[in-house]
Amino acid sequence: MSQAAATAERDGIFDRLSDLFVTRPKLLTFLLLLPPLLWIGIVYVGSLFALLLQSFYSLDDFSGLVVHQFTLSTYAQLFEEANLQIILRTVLMATFVTITCAIIAFPIAYYAARYARGWTKALFYLAVMMPLWSSYLVKIYAWKLILAKEGIITWLAQALHLTWPLNEILALPVIGGPSLSFSYIGTYLVFVYIWIPYMILPIQAALERVPVNYIEASADLGAEPRQTFWTVIFPLALPGIIAGSIFTFSLTLGDYIVPTIVGNSRLMIGQAVYTLQGTAGNIPLAAVFTVVPMVIMAFYLWMAKRMGAFDVL
Amino acid sequence: MPPAVRFANVSRHFGPVRAVDGVTLDIAEGEFFAMLGPSGSGKTTCLRLIAGFEQPDEGHIEIFGETAEGVPPYKRDVNTVFQDYALFPHLTVGENVAYGLKIKGVGKAEREHKARDALAMVKLTGFEDRRPVQLSGGQRQRVALARALVNGPKVLLLDEPLGALDLKLRQQMQEELKALQDELGITFVFVTHDQGEALSMADRVAIFNEGRIVQVGAPTEVYEKPRSCFVADFVGSSNLLSPAIAASHGGDAKWTSLRPEKIGVFPIETPVKPMQVHVDGEIKMVGYHGSVTRFSVEAEGVRLAAEVPAEEEVRFDQGDRVRLIWPKSAMVALEDTK
Repeated sequence: MSQAAATAERDGIFDRLSDLFVTRPKLLTFLLLLPPLLWIGIVYVGSLFALLLQSFYSLDDFSGLVVHQFTLSTYAQLFEEANLQIILRTVLMATFVTITCAIIAFPIAYYAARYARGWTKALFYLAVMMPLWSSYLVKIYAWKLILAKEGIITWLAQALHLTWPLNEILALPVIGGPSLSFSYIGTYLVFVYIWIPYMILPIQAALERVPVNYIEASADLGAEPRQTFWTVIFPLALPGIIAGSIFTFSLTLGDYIVPTIVGNSRLMIGQAVYTLQGTAGNIPLAAVFTVVPMVIMAFYLWMAKRMGAFDVL
Repeated sequence: MPPAVRFANVSRHFGPVRAVDGVTLDIAEGEFFAMLGPSGSGKTTCLRLIAGFEQPDEGHIEIFGETAEGVPPYKRDVNTVFQDYALFPHLTVGENVAYGLKIKGVGKAEREHKARDALAMVKLTGFEDRRPVQLSGGQRQRVALARALVNGPKVLLLDEPLGALDLKLRQQMQEELKALQDELGITFVFVTHDQGEALSMADRVAIFNEGRIVQVGAPTEVYEKPRSCFVADFVGSSNLLSPAIAASHGGDAKWTSLRPEKIGVFPIETPVKPMQVHVDGEIKMVGYHGSVTRFSVEAEGVRLAAEVPAEEEVRFDQGDRVRLIWPKSAMVALEDTK
């Protein structure tokens, strides 16, 4: 009797749906995954595929039209001196930015993971995330002003009578320039500033998962703090460092706004893509340039995997 | 010969909490010593003080006659088996065991050889290349043991090492640990909240409560002659008789401990011999525990627990009136005054 009453109460459409989903969990998983899968499959992978396709076409130099015929000639253009220079310059910049970010981020992440509790932890998240809340362009223009010849750094150097080391730095070949805001140093500083949260957060997440008793166990087995760092903490943080470096490295490889606003006029990959697909109308070469960071990242991850960076995961 | 570990009036405070409060203790070389107490009683902090993870706020610690204060963990000849084993997940089992030797600069061939021997000692031959995540809880426990013992410590510290294992495995490991300690002759200091474990394994037991040691002695001593209500109740279970009740049943006018297994359950009117005490009451509850049967009997306004071995035929049910009989000597007067 009471059982019949209980089922009768549950006859609504939503009740039946929940009964169906609870008894057939795979159906629910499928329905939940369908929209994101469609999005990724069509919009994301689809456009990537279209891009790849474009990279195998070429531009007719005479008419300026894209020739829809399969060719590797556009890839061959990559190996022209000027284009190789662009790639080398971008990769070097991304490398230095990534290494610097890792070195600066590690102690911050370590402090946050190990020592920050309560309000210091809240302060940490605020300090790391807050720069991400304001506009990317505003931050870069602010940096342009900071680094400009009339900017705060020059002013500070004068006030401290330290103009000469600043001038020495600016006089350095290649990386120097007329002012910090027109040099590779400036571009590099802004990149490090812009991407550092993307390095701090994954390292912090990785370090959070290193319990204190691993460190105690290592000390117990005779390891001094320095040995514990290199044999226990660093290997366990490595997946986080790799994850962070994927962000900083690939974001630097593809960015065109920072080097356009702060830096000299020599192009980086992102700017080359921007120029080629816009004013030059050379979509195939732009596509080829876009493939370059993808290949570099794939190679980087493959190397990291081979070196055992993901063994802990 | 100096004791393996000596605590002289050692205290360790965490803010207002006196985790360890004036502990004085000598642990002899080669002893299997258990620190027993409820959680938060300071036993683990004492272990961490020996390992060097904590430094005392007051008092003095010696390890084999050498002052331990200010000496970091990596300069002490003690090794720890951690409660959750703390095996390094990025290293193989073999690398975990060889870790201490590698740090000391022992050559690759020698440390692999020693690691293999240590793993053989804990019956994990051939597990060198596995990862800790691929092992069961009992196997991890053995790896942690091998990793500590391979360094040849003078004192081995074990922090609730069997806590995470199921009952069967725990009993098996208790025997193996005991056998290992006999074989190696190393001082073992063992922290546990399981009184059965402490009694069955240790040569001596220190019972902790609220940061202090309330009693130290051989297992039989702390079990048979508890000095306080706390010990009587924490080590095994006990009927605690108030001074008035104890005095009216042939004991001293003091708080008194009476072990349930010392009490026999008989029919009413069973004759009582001299030097025996009896009380009549009604059975309120019968608990069957396999090897023993536990009766809860209300007699003269007091609830008494009595434990009877299972081979004795159980003739009583709830509601029956029975006579409880125990020898006078079973009543242990305690030092409590409250």
